[in-house]
Amino acid sequence: MAQVEILESPASSPPQAHGGERKWTDYFTFSTDHKVIGIQYMVTGFIFYLIGGVLATMIRTELATPQPDFVTPEAYNGIMTLHGTVMLFLWIVPVGAGLANYLIPLMIGARDMAFPRLNAIAFWMIPPSGILLVSSYFFEAPSAGWTSYPPLSVNTGLVGQGIWILAILVGGTSSILGGLNFAVTMLKMRVPGMTLFKMPLFCWSMLATSMLILIGTPVLAGALILLAFDLFAGTSFFNPAGGGNPVLFQHLFWFYSHPAVYIFVLPLFGAISDVIPVHARKPIFGYQAIAFSSFAISFLGLIVWAHHMFTSGTPPWLRMFFMITTMIIAVPTGIKIFGWLATLWRGKIAYTSAMLFSMGFIATFTIGGVTGVMLAAVPFDIHVHDTYFVVAHFHYILFGGAVFGVYMSVYHWFPKMTGHMMNEFWGRVHFVLTFIGMNLTFMPMHELGLMGMNRRVALYDPQFTDLNVMATIGAYIMAVSTIPFIINAVWSWRYGPKAPANPWRALTLEWQTTSPPAIENFDELPVLKTGPYDYGLGYIPEIDPPELYGKQVSEPTAS
Amino acid sequence: MQGSISDTAESTLNIAQETGAVDHHADHPDHRMFGVAVFLGAETMIFLGLFSAFLTYRLMAPVWPPEGTPGGLELLLPGINTLILISSSFVIHQADTAIKKNDVGGLQKWFAITAAMGAIFLAGQLYEYSHLEFGLTTNVFASSFYALTGFHGLHVFVGLLLMLAVLWRSRKPGHYSNESHFGVEAVELYWHFVDVVWIVLFFLLYIL
Repeated sequence: MAQVEILESPASSPPQAHGGERKWTDYFTFSTDHKVIGIQYMVTGFIFYLIGGVLATMIRTELATPQPDFVTPEAYNGIMTLHGTVMLFLWIVPVGAGLANYLIPLMIGARDMAFPRLNAIAFWMIPPSGILLVSSYFFEAPSAGWTSYPPLSVNTGLVGQGIWILAILVGGTSSILGGLNFAVTMLKMRVPGMTLFKMPLFCWSMLATSMLILIGTPVLAGALILLAFDLFAGTSFFNPAGGGNPVLFQHLFWFYSHPAVYIFVLPLFGAISDVIPVHARKPIFGYQAIAFSSFAISFLGLIVWAHHMFTSGTPPWLRMFFMITTMIIAVPTGIKIFGWLATLWRGKIAYTSAMLFSMGFIATFTIGGVTGVMLAAVPFDIHVHDTYFVVAHFHYILFGGAVFGVYMSVYHWFPKMTGHMMNEFWGRVHFVLTFIGMNLTFMPMHELGLMGMNRRVALYDPQFTDLNVMATIGAYIMAVSTIPFIINAVWSWRYGPKAPANPWRALTLEWQTTSPPAIENFDELPVLKTGPYDYGLGYIPEIDPPELYGKQVSEPTAS
Repeated sequence: MQGSISDTAESTLNIAQETGAVDHHADHPDHRMFGVAVFLGAETMIFLGLFSAFLTYRLMAPVWPPEGTPGGLELLLPGINTLILISSSFVIHQADTAIKKNDVGGLQKWFAITAAMGAIFLAGQLYEYSHLEFGLTTNVFASSFYALTGFHGLHVFVGLLLMLAVLWRSRKPGHYSNESHFGVEAVELYWHFVDVVWIVLFFLLYIL
């Protein structure tokens, strides 16, 4: 016992003892430690991101020329379906859950999640779900896109589509269990003195996300179960020949899948609200407005789904309703963007990799938001429906918003998670390559869509060639951009300079413990001394001398 | 040798910390019932999705059940079944009352009766299935009838398994007491949920 105490007590001066450093083998076990589970989620998600990225590169290679010369059109449909499904269900959802798992208990001063075992079960559903999904390609590849609309989905690839449905059901269950855990943890396990309005904004956004997961995902499960009946039992829920209704599937599907867009991006909205104040040394602008806007987005997100279906024969009054709600959702989103910009305004901005990615996030996400409002307008949407304009729009949201947000979070919380600093120089190289590649890939797609190029087709009219070549070059740059990141992350995890407890001099609770945190996060429960964003109000965290922060920023390549 | 010593130290450390984890679990109040309630909220959404699908079919069809549906639905047997299931909710509550008085025998008795009533409900359901003239794929009315009642039946079946699990665990003296009876309360709440879903289902399928 004495030995344990010696090992656990942190040294008084930074860098501190690595109380919670784990053996690499721990990450392959059924651990109930939320920090292990968080990293498991994020690394697993990243592996699937690479798989999805390879698929995306194949898509772009195929589309470099108008003819289908790289893969057959049938293979293209399968690759396109797998790319979409992997990226959404196995990359963005798990990586958001990973961040939430790692950060929520630390941010609210809890020792673990409310249900640690359930948490581990939820994570261990992801690898089987992913293996199923990827394997579905090899059994009559599902090729109806990630939306899997019937009748297309019940007429192509029976076995593959069945595996696809099973994979999504497993992944969805995992997501529901995760959301349940997040919600209960945040509502019930905050450290004494932390009211809801003293929570970091990441927690607010995760509360809103959990609500969406719990309300939306079960409905998708119901729809997919009915689809499986149509597929295997010969029922006709979605088959007009037997009295069914294919549009009903679209309603049920989008009832989940539109809120899902916010499930993908809200966690990163929260993360950026926590990163910007730290690196700009200013209190967040409009804490309550940002917190409430997360809930406004959640609520409105539940009543906009039919804007995906303006060309599915929806009656005019329904179109009108969904057009208006969709446009209104830009208001809470805009509130957030203005809140972040106002936080940056006249801040002491440190151009760290995390800050660069958060700026990239705001810039590209705003473009995606603007095209979102354009697409909300029924006449315009009917004009560009199922063209590359839509592809451009949601990649600006999902890549420009969510993926930039994930990179930002990794650069910001990597020292806390691993106990090592990442290399700032290569972080900037990563940012520049990603930013250029991303815009070069997806910007031309707006124009292609307006010119009428259809999405989800392996071949196109030769007049679209130039812009497609440009997008393909951008995709290759994006593919290359992950290399510095992977090397930086792997190398830094092992050899990076030891991180102090609080390298960014942040005020939220996760930084008030060792890096990485001890097994149960806090030796004794932390006491709130300030609000989460009280920068520049006279309080300086005692643990680290200020020059440490300056050094990290001014000498990025020092090791 | 060095390695083995540090390994031992490390494993001692791990054991100490893991046990610590168990100890700390008592630090915070029990949130499991709240978790069950949230989970049932999510379950409600599956059923609401299926209900709205059913209502869509129903409202879009000119005649319901659609013309050419062989036979129809009898009301008597499902009515009796409904009464049994609703009564079982009151029965299972007796178990909860019993365990709060530390009466494990009472808990076992009332749980056994509830489980029996659930089993009768399922048997009645299967009897009804075997005497219906339409099959799963006859038309969208038949499909949604079997999908909805089947999905609910699955929930009843899971409830039975949960009750048997509680009965099995209750054989160990002191496993459930007036202080600690999460399992009992969770199954009770779940059973009420299954019950309420059935009432809505009965109204949608048989009355409406």
